[in-house]
Amino acid sequence: MTVRFGIAVFPGTWSDRDCAHAVELTGEVAVPLWHADRDLKGCDVVILPGGFAYGDYLRAGAIARFAPLMEAVREHARGGGLVLGICNGFQILCEAGLLPGALLRNSSLQFRCQPTWLRVESTQSPFLAACPPGQPLRVPISHGEGRFYAAPEALAQLNAEGRVALRYCDQNGEISDRANPNGSLQNIAGILNQQGNVLGLMPHPERACEALLGSDQGLQLFNSAIQHLAALPG
Amino acid sequence: MVVTLKEVVNDPQGLVVTDALHALGYPQVQGVRVGKFISLELAEDDLESAEARVEEMCRRLLCNGVIEDYRAKLRLVPDA
Repeated sequence: MTVRFGIAVFPGTWSDRDCAHAVELTGEVAVPLWHADRDLKGCDVVILPGGFAYGDYLRAGAIARFAPLMEAVREHARGGGLVLGICNGFQILCEAGLLPGALLRNSSLQFRCQPTWLRVESTQSPFLAACPPGQPLRVPISHGEGRFYAAPEALAQLNAEGRVALRYCDQNGEISDRANPNGSLQNIAGILNQQGNVLGLMPHPERACEALLGSDQGLQLFNSAIQHLAALPG
Repeated sequence: MVVTLKEVVNDPQGLVVTDALHALGYPQVQGVRVGKFISLELAEDDLESAEARVEEMCRRLLCNGVIEDYRAKLRLVPDA
Protein backbone atom coordinates (compact mmCIF):
# COMPACT_ATOMS: atom_id res chain seq x y z
CA MET A 1 0.00 0.00 0.00
CA THR A 2 1.24 3.45 -0.87
CA VAL A 3 0.52 6.25 1.57
CA ARG A 4 -0.43 9.55 -0.05
CA PHE A 5 0.68 12.63 1.88
CA GLY A 6 -1.17 15.74 0.74
CA ILE A 7 0.85 18.89 1.29
CA ALA A 8 -1.15 22.10 1.47
CA VAL A 9 0.18 25.13 -0.35
CA PHE A 10 -1.17 28.55 0.58
CA PRO A 11 0.21 31.81 -0.80
CA GLY A 12 3.21 32.32 1.49
CA THR A 13 3.80 28.67 2.43
CA TRP A 14 7.53 27.99 2.50
CA SER A 15 8.11 24.43 3.80
CA ASP A 16 6.02 22.46 1.32
CA ARG A 17 8.99 21.21 -0.71
CA ASP A 18 10.90 20.25 2.43
CA CYS A 19 7.86 18.27 3.55
CA ALA A 20 7.62 16.60 0.14
CA HIS A 21 11.31 15.69 0.38
CA ALA A 22 10.79 14.11 3.80
CA VAL A 23 7.84 12.11 2.45
CA GLU A 24 9.89 10.93 -0.52
CA LEU A 25 12.64 9.74 1.84
CA THR A 26 10.09 7.40 3.42
CA GLY A 27 9.33 5.97 -0.03
CA GLU A 28 5.74 7.24 -0.05
CA VAL A 29 4.04 9.79 -2.30
CA ALA A 30 3.78 13.56 -1.78
CA VAL A 31 0.83 15.31 -3.45
CA PRO A 32 0.62 19.11 -3.55
CA LEU A 33 -2.78 20.48 -2.48
CA TRP A 34 -3.68 24.00 -3.60
CA HIS A 35 -5.40 26.23 -1.03
CA ALA A 36 -8.15 27.27 -3.47
CA ASP A 37 -9.18 23.66 -4.18
CA ARG A 38 -11.56 21.61 -2.09
CA ASP A 39 -10.12 18.31 -3.26
CA LEU A 40 -7.75 16.28 -1.08
CA LYS A 41 -6.96 14.07 -4.10
CA GLY A 42 -7.39 10.84 -2.19
CA CYS A 43 -4.67 11.64 0.33
CA ASP A 44 -4.40 9.63 3.54
CA VAL A 45 -2.50 12.28 5.47
CA VAL A 46 -2.76 16.06 5.13
CA ILE A 47 0.22 18.20 6.07
CA LEU A 48 -0.19 21.93 6.67
CA PRO A 49 3.42 23.07 6.32
CA GLY A 50 5.27 26.03 7.73
CA GLY A 51 5.52 29.49 6.27
CA PHE A 52 3.44 32.63 6.32
CA ALA A 53 0.11 31.73 4.73
CA TYR A 54 -1.57 34.88 3.38
CA GLY A 55 1.35 36.87 4.78
CA ASP A 56 0.26 36.11 8.36
CA TYR A 57 -1.89 39.22 7.96
CA LEU A 58 -4.04 40.10 10.97
CA ARG A 59 -2.80 37.00 12.88
CA ALA A 60 -0.88 33.94 11.77
CA GLY A 61 -3.43 31.51 10.34
CA ALA A 62 -6.39 33.89 10.70
CA ILE A 63 -7.04 34.19 6.95
CA ALA A 64 -5.79 30.74 5.93
CA ARG A 65 -8.44 29.01 8.04
CA PHE A 66 -11.09 30.26 5.61
CA ALA A 67 -9.37 28.82 2.51
CA PRO A 68 -11.58 26.39 0.53
CA LEU A 69 -9.03 23.63 1.16
CA MET A 70 -9.59 23.96 4.90
CA GLU A 71 -13.21 22.81 4.55
CA ALA A 72 -11.92 19.56 3.10
CA VAL A 73 -9.25 19.31 5.81
CA ARG A 74 -11.90 19.80 8.49
CA GLU A 75 -14.01 17.03 6.98
CA HIS A 76 -10.97 14.74 6.68
CA ALA A 77 -10.16 15.32 10.35
CA ARG A 78 -13.76 14.77 11.43
CA GLY A 79 -13.72 11.38 9.74
CA GLY A 80 -10.57 10.38 11.65
CA GLY A 81 -8.13 11.22 8.84
CA LEU A 82 -4.60 12.18 9.83
CA VAL A 83 -3.67 15.88 9.83
CA LEU A 84 -0.23 17.22 10.70
CA GLY A 85 0.20 20.98 11.20
CA ILE A 86 3.79 22.15 11.34
CA CYS A 87 4.68 25.66 12.55
CA ASN A 88 2.37 27.93 10.51
CA GLY A 89 0.24 24.82 10.00
CA PHE A 90 -0.14 24.52 13.79
CA GLN A 91 -1.17 28.18 13.95
CA ILE A 92 -3.76 27.57 11.23
CA LEU A 93 -5.18 24.53 13.06
CA CYS A 94 -5.59 26.60 16.24
CA GLU A 95 -7.24 29.48 14.37
CA ALA A 96 -9.53 26.96 12.65
CA GLY A 97 -10.57 25.54 16.02
CA LEU A 98 -9.28 22.07 15.12
CA LEU A 99 -6.87 22.40 18.04
CA PRO A 100 -7.33 24.46 21.23
CA GLY A 101 -5.21 27.42 22.30
CA ALA A 102 -3.21 29.94 20.31
CA LEU A 103 0.37 30.76 19.36
CA LEU A 104 1.71 34.16 20.46
CA ARG A 105 4.82 36.23 19.82
CA ASN A 106 7.88 34.54 21.33
CA SER A 107 8.54 35.94 24.80
CA SER A 108 12.01 37.01 23.58
CA LEU A 109 10.32 38.97 20.76
CA GLN A 110 12.97 37.38 18.51
CA PHE A 111 12.54 35.05 15.58
CA ARG A 112 14.16 31.82 16.78
CA CYS A 113 15.80 29.44 14.32
CA GLN A 114 17.69 26.82 16.29
CA PRO A 115 17.86 23.13 17.17
CA THR A 116 15.63 22.02 20.04
CA TRP A 117 15.06 18.78 21.94
CA LEU A 118 11.56 17.45 22.25
CA ARG A 119 10.22 15.05 24.84
CA VAL A 120 7.52 12.78 23.48
CA GLU A 121 4.74 13.00 26.05
CA SER A 122 2.14 10.86 24.36
CA THR A 123 2.75 7.91 22.08
CA GLN A 124 -1.04 7.50 21.73
CA SER A 125 -1.04 9.53 18.53
CA PRO A 126 -0.56 7.85 15.14
CA PHE A 127 2.20 10.40 14.52
CA LEU A 128 4.20 9.45 17.61
CA ALA A 129 3.41 5.79 18.24
CA ALA A 130 6.68 4.62 16.66
CA CYS A 131 8.91 6.95 18.69
CA PRO A 132 11.14 5.04 21.11
CA PRO A 133 9.99 5.87 24.65
CA GLY A 134 12.26 8.12 26.71
CA GLN A 135 14.28 9.22 23.70
CA PRO A 136 14.17 13.01 23.14
CA LEU A 137 13.95 14.05 19.50
CA ARG A 138 16.33 16.61 18.02
CA VAL A 139 14.22 18.81 15.76
CA PRO A 140 14.76 22.48 14.89
CA ILE A 141 12.35 25.37 15.34
CA SER A 142 12.05 28.39 13.08
CA HIS A 143 9.41 30.87 14.19
CA GLY A 144 8.63 34.27 15.66
CA GLU A 145 5.20 33.33 17.03
CA GLY A 146 5.35 29.97 18.73
CA ARG A 147 4.51 30.73 22.35
CA PHE A 148 1.70 28.30 23.11
CA TYR A 149 -1.09 29.69 25.22
CA ALA A 150 -4.34 28.16 26.36
CA ALA A 151 -6.69 29.31 29.10
CA PRO A 152 -6.18 27.43 32.42
CA GLU A 153 -9.21 25.15 31.92
CA ALA A 154 -8.17 24.23 28.37
CA LEU A 155 -4.62 23.59 29.51
CA ALA A 156 -5.80 21.37 32.36
CA GLN A 157 -7.94 19.43 29.91
CA LEU A 158 -5.02 18.93 27.49
CA ASN A 159 -2.91 17.52 30.32
CA ALA A 160 -5.67 15.38 31.81
CA GLU A 161 -6.51 13.80 28.45
CA GLY A 162 -2.87 13.11 27.53
CA ARG A 163 -3.08 15.46 24.58
CA VAL A 164 0.18 17.30 25.17
CA ALA A 165 2.22 15.52 22.51
CA LEU A 166 5.63 17.16 22.81
CA ARG A 167 7.45 19.44 25.24
CA TYR A 168 10.71 21.33 24.79
CA CYS A 169 13.39 19.73 26.94
CA ASP A 170 17.16 19.48 27.20
CA GLN A 171 19.09 16.64 25.63
CA ASN A 172 18.50 14.48 28.70
CA GLY A 173 14.76 14.93 28.43
CA GLU A 174 14.56 17.35 31.37
CA ILE A 175 11.94 20.10 31.15
CA SER A 176 13.24 23.53 32.18
CA ASP A 177 12.79 27.22 31.43
CA ARG A 178 16.19 27.17 29.78
CA ALA A 179 15.03 24.54 27.31
CA ASN A 180 11.95 26.60 26.45
CA PRO A 181 12.79 28.63 23.33
CA ASN A 182 9.67 30.78 23.11
CA GLY A 183 7.93 31.01 26.49
CA SER A 184 5.28 28.39 25.72
CA LEU A 185 3.12 27.46 28.72
CA GLN A 186 4.53 24.31 30.35
CA ASN A 187 7.12 24.00 27.55
CA ILE A 188 4.42 22.78 25.17
CA ALA A 189 5.73 22.25 21.63
CA GLY A 190 2.88 20.18 20.18
CA ILE A 191 -0.66 19.10 21.01
CA LEU A 192 -3.30 16.64 19.80
CA ASN A 193 -7.03 16.88 19.21
CA GLN A 194 -9.36 14.70 21.25
CA GLN A 195 -9.24 11.74 18.84
CA GLY A 196 -5.45 11.99 18.45
CA ASN A 197 -5.59 12.13 14.63
CA VAL A 198 -4.69 15.83 14.43
CA LEU A 199 -1.24 16.90 15.63
CA GLY A 200 0.04 20.46 15.64
CA LEU A 201 3.62 21.30 16.53
CA MET A 202 5.89 24.32 16.15
CA PRO A 203 9.17 22.45 15.45
CA HIS A 204 9.95 21.28 11.90
CA PRO A 205 10.31 17.48 11.70
CA GLU A 206 10.81 17.77 7.91
CA ARG A 207 14.01 19.70 8.56
CA ALA A 208 15.41 16.83 10.62
CA CYS A 209 14.94 13.97 8.20
CA GLU A 210 18.48 12.99 7.20
CA ALA A 211 21.85 12.83 8.94
CA LEU A 212 23.19 15.54 6.65
CA LEU A 213 20.80 17.97 8.33
CA GLY A 214 22.12 17.13 11.79
CA SER A 215 19.27 14.80 12.74
CA ASP A 216 16.98 12.30 11.10
CA GLN A 217 14.70 11.93 14.10
CA GLY A 218 11.98 14.09 12.59
CA LEU A 219 11.35 11.30 10.13
CA GLN A 220 9.92 9.25 13.00
CA LEU A 221 6.70 11.27 12.80
CA PHE A 222 6.28 10.42 9.12
CA ASN A 223 7.19 6.75 9.61
CA SER A 224 4.88 6.54 12.59
CA ALA A 225 1.93 7.74 10.49
CA ILE A 226 2.83 5.26 7.73
CA GLN A 227 3.01 2.34 10.18
CA HIS A 228 -0.30 3.38 11.70
CA LEU A 229 -2.01 3.41 8.30
CA ALA A 230 -0.43 0.12 7.27
CA ALA A 231 -1.83 -1.55 10.38
CA LEU A 232 -5.41 -0.40 9.72
CA PRO A 233 -7.75 -3.16 8.56
CA GLY A 234 -8.74 -3.07 4.92
CA MET B 1 -11.44 49.56 17.02
CA VAL B 2 -8.58 48.43 19.19
CA VAL B 3 -7.52 44.81 19.67
CA THR B 4 -5.28 43.97 22.62
CA LEU B 5 -4.05 40.83 24.31
CA LYS B 6 -6.23 39.81 27.26
CA GLU B 7 -5.02 41.01 30.65
CA VAL B 8 -4.13 37.45 31.66
CA VAL B 9 -1.94 36.96 28.57
CA ASN B 10 1.69 38.02 28.88
CA ASP B 11 2.52 40.88 26.50
CA PRO B 12 6.31 40.91 26.02
CA GLN B 13 6.12 43.92 23.68
CA GLY B 14 4.39 45.90 26.39
CA LEU B 15 7.06 44.86 28.92
CA VAL B 16 9.89 45.98 26.61
CA VAL B 17 8.19 49.32 25.95
CA THR B 18 7.71 49.78 29.72
CA ASP B 19 11.44 49.21 30.24
CA ALA B 20 12.28 51.65 27.45
CA LEU B 21 10.04 54.36 28.91
CA HIS B 22 11.60 53.85 32.34
CA ALA B 23 15.05 54.18 30.76
CA LEU B 24 13.95 57.46 29.16
CA GLY B 25 13.11 58.82 32.60
CA TYR B 26 9.41 58.10 33.01
CA PRO B 27 9.27 56.13 36.25
CA GLN B 28 5.55 56.88 36.55
CA VAL B 29 4.77 54.39 33.76
CA GLN B 30 3.03 51.50 35.52
CA GLY B 31 2.34 49.28 32.56
CA VAL B 32 2.08 49.20 28.79
CA ARG B 33 -0.04 46.99 26.56
CA VAL B 34 0.59 47.03 22.82
CA GLY B 35 -2.33 46.29 20.54
CA LYS B 36 -3.53 46.98 17.05
CA PHE B 37 -5.84 49.58 15.61
CA ILE B 38 -8.35 48.61 12.94
CA SER B 39 -10.40 51.18 11.10
CA LEU B 40 -13.61 49.89 9.49
CA GLU B 41 -16.01 51.69 7.17
CA LEU B 42 -19.46 50.12 6.98
CA ALA B 43 -22.43 50.86 4.80
CA GLU B 44 -25.11 50.68 7.53
CA ASP B 45 -27.99 53.01 8.33
CA ASP B 46 -28.04 52.78 12.09
CA LEU B 47 -25.51 52.26 14.86
CA GLU B 48 -27.31 49.29 16.38
CA SER B 49 -27.08 47.07 13.32
CA ALA B 50 -23.51 48.29 12.72
CA GLU B 51 -22.59 47.28 16.27
CA ALA B 52 -24.06 43.83 15.81
CA ARG B 53 -22.18 43.43 12.54
CA VAL B 54 -18.86 44.51 14.08
CA GLU B 55 -19.38 42.14 16.98
CA GLU B 56 -19.90 39.29 14.53
CA MET B 57 -16.84 40.24 12.44
CA CYS B 58 -14.70 40.33 15.56
CA ARG B 59 -15.88 36.92 16.64
CA ARG B 60 -15.28 35.36 13.22
CA LEU B 61 -12.07 37.04 12.08
CA LEU B 62 -10.80 40.30 13.54
CA CYS B 63 -10.19 39.11 17.10
CA ASN B 64 -9.07 35.74 18.46
CA GLY B 65 -11.16 35.32 21.59
CA VAL B 66 -8.65 32.85 23.09
CA ILE B 67 -6.03 35.56 23.51
CA GLU B 68 -7.52 38.92 22.54
CA ASP B 69 -10.14 41.49 23.60
CA TYR B 70 -11.45 44.33 21.49
CA ARG B 71 -13.05 47.70 22.04
CA ALA B 72 -14.93 49.35 19.21
CA LYS B 73 -16.23 52.90 18.93
CA LEU B 74 -18.73 53.60 16.20
CA ARG B 75 -20.01 56.83 14.75
CA LEU B 76 -22.36 57.70 11.92
CA VAL B 77 -20.87 59.56 8.99
CA PRO B 78 -23.33 61.31 6.68
CA ASP B 79 -23.12 60.36 3.01
CA ALA B 80 -20.81 62.62 1.09
